[in-house]
Amino acid sequence: MSSDGAGGADESATESDVEAAFADGPALLSYVVAGDPDAESTAEYVRALARGGADVIELGLPFSEPIAEGPTIQQAIRRALDAGMTPDRYFDLAAELSEEVDVPLVCMTYYNLIYQYGSEEGPEPFVAAAAEAGISGLIVPDLPVDESAPLKAACEDHGLDLVFIVAPTTTDERLGRMLDRASGFVYVQGRLGTTGARSDVSSETHGSLDRLAETDLPKAVGFGISEREHAREIVAGGADGVVVGSEFVDIVASGENVADRLEAKARELKQGALDGATEVPEPEGK
Amino acid sequence: MSSESKFGEYGGQYVPEALMPAIEELTDAYERYVLDNEDGFMDEFRQRLRDFGGRPTPLQRADRLSERYDREVYLKREDLLHGGAHKLNNALGQVLLAKYMGKERIVAETGAGQHGTATAMACAHLDVDCEIYMGRTDINRQRPNVFRMRIHDAEVNPVDIGSGTLKEAINETMRDWATNVEDTHYVIGSVVGPHPFPRMVRDFQSVISEEARDQIRAKAGRLPDSVVACAGGGSNTMGAFHEFVGDGDVDLVAVEAGGSGLAIDEEEELAPHSASLSTGDDGVLHGARTKLLQSRDGQILESHSVSAGLDYSGVGPELAHLADEGRVTPVNVGDDAALEAFHRLSKTEGIIPALESSHALAYLEEHPDELGDLVVVNVSGRGDKDLDTVIEESARRNLDAAPTMEVFDGEQ
Ligand SMILES: Cc1ncc(COP(=O)(O)O)c(C=O)c1O
Repeated sequence: MSSDGAGGADESATESDVEAAFADGPALLSYVVAGDPDAESTAEYVRALARGGADVIELGLPFSEPIAEGPTIQQAIRRALDAGMTPDRYFDLAAELSEEVDVPLVCMTYYNLIYQYGSEEGPEPFVAAAAEAGISGLIVPDLPVDESAPLKAACEDHGLDLVFIVAPTTTDERLGRMLDRASGFVYVQGRLGTTGARSDVSSETHGSLDRLAETDLPKAVGFGISEREHAREIVAGGADGVVVGSEFVDIVASGENVADRLEAKARELKQGALDGATEVPEPEGK
Repeated sequence: MSSESKFGEYGGQYVPEALMPAIEELTDAYERYVLDNEDGFMDEFRQRLRDFGGRPTPLQRADRLSERYDREVYLKREDLLHGGAHKLNNALGQVLLAKYMGKERIVAETGAGQHGTATAMACAHLDVDCEIYMGRTDINRQRPNVFRMRIHDAEVNPVDIGSGTLKEAINETMRDWATNVEDTHYVIGSVVGPHPFPRMVRDFQSVISEEARDQIRAKAGRLPDSVVACAGGGSNTMGAFHEFVGDGDVDLVAVEAGGSGLAIDEEEELAPHSASLSTGDDGVLHGARTKLLQSRDGQILESHSVSAGLDYSGVGPELAHLADEGRVTPVNVGDDAALEAFHRLSKTEGIIPALESSHALAYLEEHPDELGDLVVVNVSGRGDKDLDTVIEESARRNLDAAPTMEVFDGEQ
């Protein structure tokens, strides 16, 4: 894709940090809410996840109306807001972590926070601040591709990836439009509904992966993954990575021995993904 | 495409990807059935509005109010629509459209319960499954409507998050829709949400101004100097305004809930009012860019109004646009004034208005001279649902206008 010469210093033709995180085998992308229960704890948890093998850290910037989230993450977002998390504090935390931790950080948030940030209207100031803080990419669940042009332009200017979510309901026509704009990786929503840990892998996941088989970008599946076995099944089914959120957020909410348990859980999920990669994918017969 | 989804800068489609195909399908159905009357959809809708809904509603001259304010005051009696509020216009339209689209299940949010009731009624009438989300605070202050929804066989799901009002109920309904989008239609209750909802709801509601425009000409021989309507999300507002937008001499006045004051508590993320049109900033909520009550960081503030149906942090994008253009004048009145207006209309005209509508009537009391000689006020609904709140809140404030009820308390 042409990058219109913007921000010329960037080597926009080569792989981004986020894309590179998939280079050495299946990736574990882990999500926690920044500021849940406070910023110092989040920093400790992110380090623990990285030690456990997470290849990308999605750091949620809490928004008061998280319509794509299930109860687990909604409550975490509430805790973080009550504890005083703001976009500026978030960027401070991200700046600290991006220095310390050797995995790319991706900001997951809702569009109003991006739109409102800074003195001028529009997404530019937010993206500039995110780039400054060392954030490598953005995921915005309430911004479909059709409304994404201003944010995409700002991301290109500042060298950030803009990740799009492919849903089980996404039509081929929409998928084409998304792939034209996507970078970093393709986020495959494993099932309809909101985020939240589930006890099985949805059959919808396999259908989505089949449709993306020809896509060059790495594909990571999220929404509902909580166990090693899920990670194995999804990677064996053709995904390049798994995204795990609610399961980690649950551990944070328990408040007990959190860092150690996050590290252990990340290790377990990463192992599941690695196991899945060594399997010969069975041809889909549906 | 995107130009039609917007009103100037406002509107758009800011929703999770999982909903986008359904929204595209709905946009297509809206264009075919509503705009092009395919398969006679609009004919059937109008016929059902007449036979089931009881349209047209009267435009009544309010004799005592006319005398009190020394001008001609007419009331558009949406309180006489079946179910007791303008909400049926939209609910019937959307449930019928969902049937034309082959959807099997309806979900809806409700604030005052009037939209939930209207949706439950329309679903019973048209034989479709119905589930309603309602904030806990609203359930407690609008119990008669909760029973009515249940009586029509709708499921009512309490929402406990946040302040338990309309904003939270919309969030929960969107989550349900995103889970069950393939067979479910979300009947949104006002001119809010992603395109095509703001346009479509306005079209279903514009029957109010279509009738009112003809009726005032027949009765007064000319167009009014002003049309006054309360604005929560703004569906009765846009319904009452739409056919007058092109009549440059007719002032369109949108009355918001001033609550207990306009000062915002940033620390608590609380607005003691719901005046998003007159005091809000641009932002994105529930699928649209519009004016919102929000903190400097972009967190949405909890709103407040004595009237559940106005208690919302956002407003329809078309109203935001018309207000920016100067075509609609946003104003607000406080909780106390609305309660007084409630009692005034009940005593002087024999009409018990909804607390929402009481805001429009309170503006008439406070600023009659700004409205000209010939005024139409939209009485968006009736106040039966509000009696508990009115008695309690009137007693708490020692409102002179309110009857005392203590002697009856506790009697079996
Ligand atoms: C009688 C009545 N009027 C007004 C409203 C406010 O909604 P809107 O601003 O969409 O008309 C409601 C909402 O429930 C209502 O019940």
